[in-house]
This record gives sequence, structure tokens and C-alpha cells, in this order.
Amino acid sequence: MDSQPAKPQKPQSVRRKFEPWADPAAQPLIRFQSVVKRYGDVVAIDDVSLDIYEREFFALLGPSGCGKTTLMRMLAGFEEASEGRITLAGSDLSGVPPYRRPVNMMFQSYALFPHMTVADNIAFGLKQERMPKSEIAARVDEMLKLVNLRGFEKRKPHQLSGGQRQRVALARSLAKRPKVLLLDEPMAALDKKLREQTQFELMDLQQRIGTTFIIVTHDQEEAMTVADRIAVMDHGKLVQVATPTEIYEQPNSRYVAEFVGDINIIEAVVERVTPGDIALKSNALEAELRLTQRSDVKTGDPAAVALRPEKIRIGKEPLSEVHANCAQGVVYDIAYLGDLSIYHVHLENGFVLKATKTNISRQIEPPIGWDDKVYLSWTPDAGVLLKS
Amino acid sequence: MALEKRSNFAHLTVAVPFLWLALFFLLPFLIVFKISLSDDAVAQPPYGPVFSLGEGWTVLRDKLAQLDLENYAFVLGDWLYIYSYLQSLLLAALATAILVLVGYPVAYAIARSPRGLRPVLLLLVILPFFTSFLIRVYAWIGILSREGLLNQLLISFGAISQPLEILSTNLAVVIGMVYSYFPFMVLPLYAALERMDDSLLEAAADLGATPSQAFWRVTVPVSAPGIVAGALLCFIPAVGEFVIPDLLGGSDTQMIGRTVWNEFAVNRSWSVSSALAILILLVLLVPILIYQRMQLRELESR
Repeated sequence: MDSQPAKPQKPQSVRRKFEPWADPAAQPLIRFQSVVKRYGDVVAIDDVSLDIYEREFFALLGPSGCGKTTLMRMLAGFEEASEGRITLAGSDLSGVPPYRRPVNMMFQSYALFPHMTVADNIAFGLKQERMPKSEIAARVDEMLKLVNLRGFEKRKPHQLSGGQRQRVALARSLAKRPKVLLLDEPMAALDKKLREQTQFELMDLQQRIGTTFIIVTHDQEEAMTVADRIAVMDHGKLVQVATPTEIYEQPNSRYVAEFVGDINIIEAVVERVTPGDIALKSNALEAELRLTQRSDVKTGDPAAVALRPEKIRIGKEPLSEVHANCAQGVVYDIAYLGDLSIYHVHLENGFVLKATKTNISRQIEPPIGWDDKVYLSWTPDAGVLLKS
Repeated sequence: MALEKRSNFAHLTVAVPFLWLALFFLLPFLIVFKISLSDDAVAQPPYGPVFSLGEGWTVLRDKLAQLDLENYAFVLGDWLYIYSYLQSLLLAALATAILVLVGYPVAYAIARSPRGLRPVLLLLVILPFFTSFLIRVYAWIGILSREGLLNQLLISFGAISQPLEILSTNLAVVIGMVYSYFPFMVLPLYAALERMDDSLLEAAADLGATPSQAFWRVTVPVSAPGIVAGALLCFIPAVGEFVIPDLLGGSDTQMIGRTVWNEFAVNRSWSVSSALAILILLVLLVPILIYQRMQLRELESR
């Protein structure tokens, strides 16, 4: 990357508490109201209602074909909703062509104009607005500075690296100072290291300029890194809209739990319910499952308990005086990732539980090896009850 | 070992086009060039000197000294020939300009049509090639003549009362060239337009360009290499075109192909016709070199 020596700054955290969605008085910038999109018989977007607020960094997350791109393209104006309404700052967007919307998009392919220089690419939208020449030059320079590409203005896109092209695309889509910037898989073409770096840069940039960003991605880590809120989509529906922490720690469905991060799902039946304490029994485990979660389940309801691998303690010694939330088995697979190891543990009845362990000490020989008998346990607040 | 073998094979495959060009382009060119430096003679062949192997060094030197640029001086000193060159360039340029104007919308429409339909439409563009070129040009005589289809049609519609004189004019020549070279214009244009990323147009729209602005600021410049390729593919052969001006042109159509033929077949002057042919080549070298440079640049940009 072509980073210029930055002035020494007082380190400051970029994110502060920001949750306009929790404020009933806040006016959303973008509103999807019961939006449906059909292509012939295929329903691409199925009754989506969603509010997105000013200055928010919002992520649409889901596998390919879940409708996230369609939702974004409707906002850009490339697709019209079959039903429902999309409003931006209070005004209805239906029938407004893309070239009249105060929304700009950064394309997955970057879509840089190959016959134009970097500066001309960035200036394209400004020339379209008939902005005076001197102002265009100043704005182009400002944008180049913003994305750290000064000195590249005379290059053509094919003379740039992938990362530089990505920055030009970003600068071009921000040049018109849109109210909303749409980012369609903006980092899909970058390698892992550059992607991580770019994610942080994108966050800083968004914080500085204060534009509402909506990012479409299938990469849950990316969504969790950059976004204030994430909408997890499946088959044209919004499954859960929440902050990254809520999505990860309190998934509202099996789909979200399984799509975001690694997870163990244990099928069970509710045995007893008292406020703040739910006891379940599963065929997979000998011991009882206990949860401190509040839920409206009743005795006899089928349910599933979702348990993140990092919340399971794995050890060679049994914990005494533990009768619930525990299991014992044999290690049959280890994925050593350096920072942590993932253990696949076969329980006595054949069920497999995944548990991770941070590799705190430097050891060549793993403290827990293949075929070792291990004891697993977790606290009552570790699991999440999912209604099946 | 295997690697070496393969590289020998690679050399061989590269050599094939060079051999082809040497045999069927360079050698004939040298022969024509040599004739253009010779003098006409009442003999068989009708020019001299004639070289033959085994004549000895002094004879050879003597004969070489007889070669001169006389024919070129003659051609360039006669307005008739200069006029012929200019007319060829002008008519070819006119036909090429019309071809761009007609071919671009057709290529654009094909490139924008549903994917499954494109091969069919392309086939329709190439379909005329299934009939002999000569027959198709003859057919235009039937269309453009005084009692031809076009005049009958226009008179029956009442658009004109007297038949138009189109056949045997330069207009007929241009019409014939536009018709004949149409696929050569459409195919490279189509290739350029089809390759264009649709998201470029979406990006232009997103940045505030109306569809027509996006067309002029993005589509046309991005497809410019296709326009140049198509224009040169049509212009270069059109300059030296013989059949179309001969069949559709009139007495005032003196395109260079016809002039060469006149010199060769009517005046039986092989040397002057050779000089004329070499000069066409020199004139056409300029656009060919431009085309080469553009292709190089495009290769670099990939």
C-alpha cells in the first residue's frame, strides 16, 4: 500500500456508542416498507421492511442468491420493487432513475472506465453535474488524498494493482458526496491481508466523512468487522437485523446461528421451566442441559441449544460437582490454527461436539492429543435456546 | 528433453505463418516490385530485363543497371493516375463512414440482444457470404438499373415519376461497397461491444449519466478499438476494390483497381500496372501501421 507518513495523532478509538435504532425519536434515512421483488414466478425479495439510519454502517449478509444484492440494487435504482415502498430522507424513490438518485454505488467489479485516467474516472460524476472545472480539480484532489492515491491521477486503470483500483472505485463513488454509499462485495477481489487492512480503513473513512454506508457481503467476518448493524438474509427474507454482538451471541434462529461463526447445535426437549432457568434433556448428552435464558417455551417443547465452540471448556481432568452442562468423549480430530485449536470430540453415543482452546503456552506437543479422553463443560449462560 | 522438444515445436508453429507470408505475400510482392522497375517490351513476358539463373555476374550486373524508377515518375506525373488514387481513397472513405454509421447500431443491437439470440443474428449477418460475391454484386445491377427493382418500387409508390440513374455512377459503387463489406464492419464492432462490461453502464448511470450520455461517454470510447478495426478492415480492401467499381461504376468511376486492370489488360503494360499496385500498397501502409499500433496498445492494456 502506498501509505504516506501520517502525522502523529493521539490514538483515539474510532467507534463510540452509536445506536439510533434504539431511539424511538430518531428518523431513519432509508426505509424499506413491505418491499417485494418478483422475477416472473421467483420471489427474490419477500416482504422486507427495514430502517437504516444516518451515519450508519449497515451490512447485508447472506449466501449468494439470498437477495442481498437485489435489495441493494433496488436502492441504487437498477431494479424496481414489485410491491412496497422505498424512501430516502422521506421521499419516495419509486420511478426515480439511477442517475437522479443521491445514492452512489461501488461495484464488485469496480467498473472503472478503462479509457479514462484515474482523475477522469473520479471526475466523471462531477462533470455530469456540470461542476466548475476548478472545483472538480479540487474535489478530485481531495478524493485522491482520502484514499491515499495522490500521484496516480494520470494512470489508467490497467496500470494499477487490484488494491489501487479498489481505492479508485471508492473515491469515484464518494466524489459526488452521496447521502448513501452502496458497496457491493467491495473486498471480494482482494487477498486476505489486504482485505483486513482495507476493512479497517473503510471503517475509519466512514467515521470521518459520516456518510451512510451499506455493504453487501457474504463474508461474515467482514460484516462483523465493519458494520454497526447486520441484516442476515435468507431466501429474500430478513432473518435477523441486529448488532454484530447480538447476531453472534443471541442468534434468533438456527439459520443465523449456523451461518455466522462455528456452532454446535444440540437437539433437546424442554423438561422444566422456571424464570431464568430452563432445563432440557437431549439424546446426545448424558447430563442435563441448563440455560439461564428467558424464553416462553413450555415443558415438552422441542428445542435446540446452540453452543459456540469457544464457550466450551475442554480438559483432561473431570470437573467435580458438575452434573449439568457437561460431557465426556474422545478427541478424534484437531485443527491447529496457531492461535487456537479446534477439537472434534466424539461423545460416547456418537455425537460430535466442537470445542476450541486458545493456545496460551508455546508448546510443540499439544496438551491434548488425538484419542485422549477429555471432559467438556460450559456455563449455563453459554448456550442459546433456539425454538425449532 | 521433453521441454526442449516442446520448444522446438513452438518454434515450428510460429514459423508456419511466417513461411506462409513469405511464400504468398513477400515473394509475389518482390516479383511485382521487380516488374515495376522494368521496361515494357514486345516479348514473352512483356517486360525486360528478364533474369535467369546461371548468366554470370557481369550479365546480371548489366541487367540490374537497367532497372529504374521510370514507371513511378510516369505514374506520379500523370494527373489521370493521381485522380484515380484520390477517387479510390475518397469513395472508400465514404463507404467506410457509412459502414460505421450503419454497422454500429446493428452491432449494438446484436450485443444487447438476449444471449441465446446472438449467434442467430450473427449468422444472419454472415449469411450473404454463402453466396458468391460476384453473384451478389450482379444482383445489385438488377436492383439499381433503370428498370431495376428499386426504381419499379419507387415509381409504384409514387415517390418518383422518372427512374433514377443510380447504376453506373459512383453512388452505385458506394452502395455496393457498403453492402459487400458490411459483415467486416459488424463483426469487430460486435466483438468490442459484447466484451464491454455491463456494469460500466450501470456505473455511468449511478454517477448521473442519462442513457444517451452514458452511450457517448462510455460505450463509444470503450468500443473505439472495434470501430478502428472495422473501419480499417473495410477501408483497406475497398481502396483497391476492382469488381464493384467495374460492375456497378460508370465511365467516370476510375478507381485504382480498375486502372491497374486497364493498364494490365488493355494497354498490356505490366510495368506501369505493377508500379500502380506498389504505390497503392505504400498508400495503404499508413492505415495498416496505425492499426498495428492500436492493436499493440490494446494488448498492453490487458
